[in-house]
Amino acid sequence: MSTVTADDVAVAVRPGFWTRDRKVGAGAVLFGVVAAALFGALATGADARFTISEDAGGAAVAIDGTLGAILFGLIAAAAGAALLAGVPTRWFTPLLGVAVVGVVLSFLCWQVSAAPAGQNFMPLVNIVRGTFILALPLIFGSLAGVLCERSGVVNVAIEGQLLMGAFCGALVGTIAANAWVGLVAAALGGALISLLLAVFTIRYLVDQVVMGIVLNLFAVGLTGFLYERLMQPDAAAYNQPPRFEAWPIPVLSDIPLLGPALFSGTIFLYLALVLVVVIHVALFRTRWGLRTRSVGEHPTAADTLGVKVLALRYRNVLLAGMVAGVGGASYTLALYTFTKNMIGGKGFIALAALIFGRWSPTGALLAALFFGFADQLGTYLSAINSKIPSEFLAMLPYLATLLAVAGLVGKVRAPAADGKPYIKG
Amino acid sequence: MTDVNTSGVPAPRENPDREHAEAEKVSTADASGDAGTTNGDAVHTTGEATPLGATAATAGGAPTDRDGGAALLLTLFVRNLWSANTVTVTVLAIVLALVIGAILIIVSDPDVLATFGYLAARPSDALNSSWAAVSDAYANLFKGAVVDPAAVRDWINGTGGWQPVFAPISETLTYAAPLVFTGLAVSLAFRGGLFNIGAQGQATLGVILAALAGFLLPLPPVVHLIVALLAGALGGALWGFASGFLKARTGAHEVITTIMLNYVATYFLAWIIVQDGVHAPDRTDAISRSVDGSAQLPRLLGGDLRVHLGIVLAVAATWAVSWLLNRSTLGFELRAVGANPEAARTAGISVARTYVLVMAIAGALAGLGGSNMVLGSTATALTPLVVAQIGFDGILVALLGRVKPWGVALAALLFGALQAGGNRMQSYASVSLELVTVLQALIVIFIAAPALVKAIFGLRAARVARAQMSMAKGW
Repeated sequence: MSTVTADDVAVAVRPGFWTRDRKVGAGAVLFGVVAAALFGALATGADARFTISEDAGGAAVAIDGTLGAILFGLIAAAAGAALLAGVPTRWFTPLLGVAVVGVVLSFLCWQVSAAPAGQNFMPLVNIVRGTFILALPLIFGSLAGVLCERSGVVNVAIEGQLLMGAFCGALVGTIAANAWVGLVAAALGGALISLLLAVFTIRYLVDQVVMGIVLNLFAVGLTGFLYERLMQPDAAAYNQPPRFEAWPIPVLSDIPLLGPALFSGTIFLYLALVLVVVIHVALFRTRWGLRTRSVGEHPTAADTLGVKVLALRYRNVLLAGMVAGVGGASYTLALYTFTKNMIGGKGFIALAALIFGRWSPTGALLAALFFGFADQLGTYLSAINSKIPSEFLAMLPYLATLLAVAGLVGKVRAPAADGKPYIKG
Repeated sequence: MTDVNTSGVPAPRENPDREHAEAEKVSTADASGDAGTTNGDAVHTTGEATPLGATAATAGGAPTDRDGGAALLLTLFVRNLWSANTVTVTVLAIVLALVIGAILIIVSDPDVLATFGYLAARPSDALNSSWAAVSDAYANLFKGAVVDPAAVRDWINGTGGWQPVFAPISETLTYAAPLVFTGLAVSLAFRGGLFNIGAQGQATLGVILAALAGFLLPLPPVVHLIVALLAGALGGALWGFASGFLKARTGAHEVITTIMLNYVATYFLAWIIVQDGVHAPDRTDAISRSVDGSAQLPRLLGGDLRVHLGIVLAVAATWAVSWLLNRSTLGFELRAVGANPEAARTAGISVARTYVLVMAIAGALAGLGGSNMVLGSTATALTPLVVAQIGFDGILVALLGRVKPWGVALAALLFGALQAGGNRMQSYASVSLELVTVLQALIVIFIAAPALVKAIFGLRAARVARAQMSMAKGW
């Protein structure tokens, strides 16, 4: 956060007893105890079965609902207590992870055990696979954000890039009757929005957030207009995109649980996972990555050392557009035909994932998976007639990000020069 | 007389090179010292002259020759008109957007495109059909937004009533009213150095509370409307306060928090519609009960025309925000914080308090905008899409209005007109309403990059740097 308030400074200078770790620990204890008490009381004595398959059959982990809810709640509380006791800071992330997973499992034990008879099971394969499918556009989108923002250009236009990618993928893919051509077109479509973003923010110094917002609206309008003019009247000619079929990887796809979820997806799943690794390595282990990060943190210093700041920003923003465009195509070239405004806010969840994942590719992946899981959980819970309104689950990514930027779950810090145009001189 | 007239140059202030070139032109034109001193005064009163301009003005000699005065003024006027000032850039941005819109209409029309297939053989076909498609669309845009000549003719001939004549204006004002509020919400925060992307969420909360107050509270007519409006403002203020508070206490960037709160509000709206007591009992789809008649904004021109009291409130709000910004202590503090938070803090202004207040007031304005959507004539019940896009459009309106209250009101009027005309364009010329979104976005893109418009039209540069577009502060 670029704006430092007076409180911030005070906290940084003199931590006192209530450090961030202790505050979070206290929160975790509270949540854990409440989960144990509340979910434990609400859960039924029926077994909550977590099956490693797509239905009720197959191997399963079963636990008594009440027992599970209380047990996992207490585990979360214990992790919180450890944080509260003041363990070294390196334990912070694992313990926080344990606490979160504990509360989630406690919640699931209640929900699954309280489901109507015969539905007291949670097919983990479905859940994991659904999580990855729902997380796909988020992974691509947040990677696009990483590429842009690490080099100092705020990318609020992820939504527009995804949408343009989806549209171009569908349109060109249909006309060419070839999914690969569609994929290339999708990348170029995302890059088109990126190009506008880059030219206007880097060349004309328009504020990056303003430009991002306007470009989102532009993309919604443009794709919506062309959809109504071309695709709707003649869907067969313009909106019947070819599909990439699932490619199960031999051997690996036979691994229980992970195999069906991770190794029998479409090209987009593999591409997303490969991109995470590639961008991570490139960002932290290559010359390009060092330059990108230096341009995002201190462009003047980078310029002094001979890095072409503006050229690098152009290149990264365009790359980001291509990545996001491919992410948009993961809708139209694998799942659905194009519809108006079909991204429906995923671009903003991707932005949230980027921030929640602290501007790192792996962090973005984990955040995207977490948000995808929340999404999938909503679908599952409404399928078992849960009393939890799906709307509140849908809020979860946004609320989590709010907590993250408010510094309640650790401090997130953007690249120092993120959002600041660079004027040479 | 030769070295007099460097002072007669009111417009350019930033670029010394250009000022120099200008000075040369003016002195070769043998202009009068009279005009020179007049304009020199203008420079002084606006108080924005660069040191260079100021010295030139004071160095201006005594007036002797009055003959060339009028001619010079005219030249300067024309030159200023064609310089990249706010009005010129805005008009040209609209023209550019309409041109691109026309291209979109042509390339997306299969019939017209077919004529381009034999362009070389008969170019007139392609040109005629393109012209027909574009002019049909834009003529309907105009007829739907301003006035339909046919209706005027009917009225004069006595075959039609007066309502059809004013119907387009009525529609325009109806669509403009909520945009004024959300535009003001965005620009007020802008002036305080905050980028309020959350007008959508704030308007959503406003819509919810206004509607709840509208059908849950049994109150007498006038009181009911006031209470419902206040409830809407309160809902928006609450949402704005949340962002302002997070910003002030934790430094969380308001762009991120407002985006997130937008979606929280959207899902909250989706949830509350289907709750018992809110959901319309006789309906299966997601729609709430209707707001009581006593809580609805009265229509201004009778039942046939949709324009309602909201537009009057919008003008009042514009005046109030203008007063707040330019005449009140809070407004001064707000602008000081917006210009430079550190300096404002040094001067003893509480930056945190200002942030919270600004966001709460901005939220209240957006909330009122939301109330307009459910208490006015666009809808009387909550649906998932009841807020439409007024929050996001408000951002565009604020930018187009150069974040100044009366500018925002004019920009909202333009956007309202585009919306109203777009409806007619969709039904009469079968050009999708989405074109309006494209036009709106394009206009703002061009507005935001005056340098681009300048380059395209070969304008002289002028005072556009004052447009306060840059909020470049990063996350």
